[in-house]
Amino acid sequence: MGELDWTSIPGALPFLWAGMVTTLEITLLAVLVGIVWGTLLAIMRMSGVKLLSWFAAGYVNLFRSIPLVMVLLWFFLIVPALLESLFNTPRSADTRLSSAMVAFALFEAAYYSEIIRAGIQSVAKGQLGAASALGLTYAQAMTMVILPQAFRNMVPLLLTQGIILFQDTSLVYVSSLADFFGAAYKVGDRDGRLVEMLLFAGAVYFLICFSASLLVRRFQKKVAT
Amino acid sequence: MIAIKNVSKHYGSFQVLSECSTQVAKGEVIVVCGPSGSGKSTLIKCVNGLEPFQSGEIIVNGISVGDPKTNLPKLRAHVGMVFQNFELFPHMSVTDNLALAQVKVLGRSREEAVQRGHQLLERVGLLAQAEKFPGQLSGGQQQRVAIARALSMDPICMLFDEPTSALDPEMVKEVLDVMVGLAQEGMTMMVVTHEMGFARRVAHRVIFMDQGRIVEDAPKEDFFGAPRSERAQLFLSKILQH
Repeated sequence: MGELDWTSIPGALPFLWAGMVTTLEITLLAVLVGIVWGTLLAIMRMSGVKLLSWFAAGYVNLFRSIPLVMVLLWFFLIVPALLESLFNTPRSADTRLSSAMVAFALFEAAYYSEIIRAGIQSVAKGQLGAASALGLTYAQAMTMVILPQAFRNMVPLLLTQGIILFQDTSLVYVSSLADFFGAAYKVGDRDGRLVEMLLFAGAVYFLICFSASLLVRRFQKKVAT
Repeated sequence: MIAIKNVSKHYGSFQVLSECSTQVAKGEVIVVCGPSGSGKSTLIKCVNGLEPFQSGEIIVNGISVGDPKTNLPKLRAHVGMVFQNFELFPHMSVTDNLALAQVKVLGRSREEAVQRGHQLLERVGLLAQAEKFPGQLSGGQQQRVAIARALSMDPICMLFDEPTSALDPEMVKEVLDVMVGLAQEGMTMMVVTHEMGFARRVAHRVIFMDQGRIVEDAPKEDFFGAPRSERAQLFLSKILQH
């Protein structure tokens, strides 16, 4: 291993930036869809309807028991075929980004639903009673009384899960999609400067995630007081 | 107004209520007392369907609470309830706590709901706190807001579940004063409480419960004069001594 040579980085910055945008796109979509779908799963799981709660429990346990990278590969293989049969898109179309997004969203929903379930349970049971006693329906009580309080308690955990997800998106390299990590790998490989590029990419991931968790911690203190 | 007929409830093999029957006429104030675990809170929560029961019947204003076809939210909208732990919504201002159900359930406009809410806040002496959040109020103030919130729905009767049990002693009076005022205006009330002074002042009848049964159901004068059951005598002697 010779001297470290960082000169290939400045020229690669636009390409790396495009990768970062892809990473952020996947993260943001997975967080949003994951929270919405996770909330529905949590409500299904806590509902008195056996069929719904079994479905939700099965879903969560399935996704939490399978390696993420495998889920990614499945969707990478399944989604194109699905799109083809549904919308007649040609097989050659690049569906790597959409299949990655679907996979992350569905996978993360399993984790989010457990966070959200705990958050809903953290809101005192008496609140549901009080809302019901005023004549609000279960759906109204949930959306106007329980969930706003639950989400307030959960924000730090949801953000932390988002940070973990941001790192996990690097797994899309299995479909050779150029997210930030994939872009760095490609540039390093091309220029024969893999070590430098991976060190640089690692530093960027560290900076972003570490400062994000500092922000979360500060926010957490503010909420706690 | 409220008729409770042979109501029984059990969790597994544990009998919480057995064969409870009583009725509350319009304008009547009923105090329900008894040792903890006697089922009095459960009974009052059965009246607006917050607690299900397995057998018997409860009729509120002509509507059967236990009937699966009954629209419970609609029924509850007209039955006010005040809880031991206030249960104000902590993420909303006092004004919004009062307005929420008026707007969402009764379909009032926001202006109308806020105005009605402020009227009731004035009545309980808390108009100055209208824009505060529940966490900024004392326990006694929170409970008075909770009473105002229940009244904002123009209820046909009011249920109180140990409204002063979670309060510091010096705050009990301000809450009881509001309740006495309500009783004197002719509100139909069912009150689970150990405040025997309140019972003496405004109750028409006192119900004494023990181990899920209604042991005594008597006019106030009879109950305090000479309770028939030994269990009620013992209970009274214990809580009236100090």
